[in-house]
Amino acid sequence: MKMKNTTRKSIIGYSFIAIWIIGFLLFTLYPMITSIIYSLNYVQVTGTGIRLTFNGLKNYGTIFSTYGANYLSALKSFAEGVLLRVLIITVFSLIIALLLNQNVRFRGLFRTIFFLPVIISSGPVLKQLTSQGASGTSMMSSLTFVAAMAASSNHFLSEIIAPLFSEIIIVFWFSGVQILLFLSSLQKMNKEIYEAAYIDGAGPWEAFWKITLPSLHSMIFISAIYSLVLLSTLGENGENDVVREIRANMNSINTGYGVASAMAWSYFLVLTAFLGIIALLFLPRNKGGKK
Amino acid sequence: MTTFIIILIILAIIILDQTISHLKKKHTMIKNGTWIKKCDKGLKNHLKYFINKVRHLTWVKVKKFLLGRKFTDGFFFKLMIYTLLVSISYVYIYPLLYMISTSLKSPQDIINPMVSWVPTSLYVDNYVKAFKVLKFFPTLGKSLLITLIPAIIETIVSSIIGYGFAKFNFKYKTFWFILVILTFLVPSAVYMIPKYVMFYKMKILNNPLAIILPAFFGQGLNSAIFILIFYQFFRMIPTSIDEAAEIDGAGPYKRFFSIGIPLASPAFITSFLFSLVWYWNETSNLSLFVGEKASILSLQIRLANFEAEYNTIYATTESIALNEGIYLAATLLIILPMLLVYFSLQRFFVEGIERTGITGE
Repeated sequence: MKMKNTTRKSIIGYSFIAIWIIGFLLFTLYPMITSIIYSLNYVQVTGTGIRLTFNGLKNYGTIFSTYGANYLSALKSFAEGVLLRVLIITVFSLIIALLLNQNVRFRGLFRTIFFLPVIISSGPVLKQLTSQGASGTSMMSSLTFVAAMAASSNHFLSEIIAPLFSEIIIVFWFSGVQILLFLSSLQKMNKEIYEAAYIDGAGPWEAFWKITLPSLHSMIFISAIYSLVLLSTLGENGENDVVREIRANMNSINTGYGVASAMAWSYFLVLTAFLGIIALLFLPRNKGGKK
Repeated sequence: MTTFIIILIILAIIILDQTISHLKKKHTMIKNGTWIKKCDKGLKNHLKYFINKVRHLTWVKVKKFLLGRKFTDGFFFKLMIYTLLVSISYVYIYPLLYMISTSLKSPQDIINPMVSWVPTSLYVDNYVKAFKVLKFFPTLGKSLLITLIPAIIETIVSSIIGYGFAKFNFKYKTFWFILVILTFLVPSAVYMIPKYVMFYKMKILNNPLAIILPAFFGQGLNSAIFILIFYQFFRMIPTSIDEAAEIDGAGPYKRFFSIGIPLASPAFITSFLFSLVWYWNETSNLSLFVGEKASILSLQIRLANFEAEYNTIYATTESIALNEGIYLAATLLIILPMLLVYFSLQRFFVEGIERTGITGE
């Protein structure tokens, strides 16, 4: 009788999520598997349909030939900048959330302003703002120390850090949701812990490192992941450069669907690697059984 | 540079406002202090006492005023916070102000280096052109439709799936739930091409159905987030309510409709609004799957093709070169609908995230 009850419950549960399972198989799993197959085949689009000729890992080899040069350089610059950007976005949104969590006037107004980018940042809009000089990038690059860094002979400074400063405002534009996530978890925090800490002689500085930061640990992880996913699709010029290259290769005569799929999968692997790095850096670890 | 001075002024006003109220309170306290009465006896002694006391008091007062009782309520801290907040807000508002200002400038004003923020005269012609090139009003209706339909469908479907995960125990539930979260992490580039081929075979390429159908099956834009929001929200509803309803004879579907949905209205509003905004701002799927039709259906795509469209319309007539004023007028028109939605319903956006408990635990 009890067994029956659980199967009945299972059926009811599955009836709710059935639509998702169908969608997952149809619109996610099937395309993913097909994409792997494409990446291992020479794909020809004919009038009647798609013709596949197996050619092993040749498509992946093509990425490293001249046809894949644009893609590789886009991927390289993405990989160089992404981790630093994720860090900047996370730290920046945490700082903003901490500021807003203080007893400030016009908190609602500030919150409205910081969330504005989520509302208006679409690919074409970002592109227009950047190309028409409205994004405020010029404001940053005109700073003297940024100009000095760009002119320096150090590769790390001139190629990675300096461009970051000129793009930093765009990075600000990606942190709307993360600010809200941090802010709401800050506001859910128990105030009594702080009072107890102050009585025990802790200052605001100790309280931040010993109470605030540890309790935000999982939220930091979530927002870092969110930032990575956001950066993997949206870039300064609207679309992410890597994705744009993949799409360009899709309809190119020299490469086609096969190579484009191989590119997509290599991009996926790079992203997974970064996901792993972020998990290593930020994943909350259980120490001695306490959370 | 002038703008920074303006900011400093704003800052000064905020801080003045804070400090004046602070000082007033302190002043009345000193006035009522007992040490004034003591001045009647032995004037000489007490003058000394008075001076010392004042010296001491002012030092304590100044210190307390600057650093506060525990630093976070002092003047320095406030100054730091407001400076940071105001200057960072400026970075955020700058594009909007720049857009408004530049879009109202005539071509002469744009070239003129003397005109920085305030145009010499209100020049509406940029907007007239932008309206015409974007075909604003006919496209707005379609654009809203192609945004609203997936958003509504996605919200409803996510609520059903979220309810299933939150309220029922079934075999392999954790497995499916992890899969839901994983779908958020897989970049769309991976299944872009096969989807394109699939939609072609299904004959829904260049058709809005290519956007709507995945949303209907819970695979829409950021669907995983919405499922998670609903999951968290439905889990917060106490099980005792469900048990009571079950005893009264309500089946699982009846419970979903008559208990789940009414209680979850905040989650519905939040999800719908986010879905609306994200679909409005989403262009890469739209331009790929809806193809040439996308430029009829979506304002965003029209903005992306703005230059070409402009040239076809104004190439034959005596051409006024496309300048940033016209570009930014068009951009402002694109973001205007969502800005209106945001400013009229912003409390649902901001409080929504807090109330749906996505940050819980």
